[in-house]
Amino acid sequence: MTRSLPLIGFLLLVGLFGFGIWWNTRHDPREVPSPLIGKPAPAFVLPLLDDPGRTVSKASMLGKPYLVNVFASWCVACGEEHPVLMAQGRDLGVPLVGYDYKDAPEDARAWLADHGNPYTMVIADQPGRTAIDFGVYGAPESFLIDAKGLIRYKHIGPFTPEIIERELKPLIARLKQETP
Amino acid sequence: MSPLAARVGGRLRAMLFPGHQSKGSARQRAPTRSLIFIVILAFSGLTAAQAIDPLPFKDHAQEVRFQNLTRQLRCLVCQNENLADSNADLARDLRHEVFGLMQQGKSDDQIKQYLVDRYSDFVLYDPPVKPSTWLLWFGPALFLLMGLAIVLVTIRRRGRAARIDSRLVDNATIEQGDDW
Repeated sequence: MTRSLPLIGFLLLVGLFGFGIWWNTRHDPREVPSPLIGKPAPAFVLPLLDDPGRTVSKASMLGKPYLVNVFASWCVACGEEHPVLMAQGRDLGVPLVGYDYKDAPEDARAWLADHGNPYTMVIADQPGRTAIDFGVYGAPESFLIDAKGLIRYKHIGPFTPEIIERELKPLIARLKQETP
Repeated sequence: MSPLAARVGGRLRAMLFPGHQSKGSARQRAPTRSLIFIVILAFSGLTAAQAIDPLPFKDHAQEVRFQNLTRQLRCLVCQNENLADSNADLARDLRHEVFGLMQQGKSDDQIKQYLVDRYSDFVLYDPPVKPSTWLLWFGPALFLLMGLAIVLVTIRRRGRAARIDSRLVDNATIEQGDDW
């Protein structure tokens, strides 16, 4: 028994090591958990990218769930995500609101013209002030907001078809049941 | 006093009180070297202070408070940097945010809470003690205790084994038996 003790200790450490690797493949250690899940989305008033004279506010969006997708023309990972949104954005069953983050409006418009526009509407936050209220620290990030204006889900990083299927769609289905 | 300090002191005295010179440094020197030395000394502290983006501080005390506070906050983008040191775009925005809140008369704790509300405890380099962080805070002590327990048990067991061994050896010598 005493002789096998070092071996047991070694195997325990190997197990711990393996667990660490497994854990890190499933969780991004750089991901900042949002404290806003289940809480009201911050109030916002932001201009439309295509029509800066008109604004969209939290109040104007109440009553129906919607998905906010934070993107920017300078964001490389957004380019990876973009084809996924082009393919599935319209079939989500909720409006897909583009949130152009710290971007020159003309750059964003050119980017959308180049790559296609999957969004129901695009709001622009050039100074990035409202994004701080949302706890945005990079792009892409996505927020699912329900009819009462509560943030129900946040995804950090690009959407993939698997994540949309596994996480987003079931939740959207549930939100739609809540709001007749 | 070390020779160097004496020389520096002498030079300083010579600079500050030209008419009143100590014996050692009686020779007249051009004052420019001492002057350069003093100027370099006077500004050496400033090079460490950050000059990334100058903010209009009310007074020095406020600047010190700002530096102190932003040093305790983590940059969400480059997560091993604090807000004070980071050059990331978001870090600059958050520095301005912290500065703005300070102008509004918010306390350090209120400012930290403001950021925690948006970015979770992740922004604090010093995580608060609460059930979810108990392992983080007390884990090291726990491991130390575990190690201590193992050492104690081992020492005790070895002691007992040694006593039994010596008894066996004694018996063996009495019986004049060979080693195994």
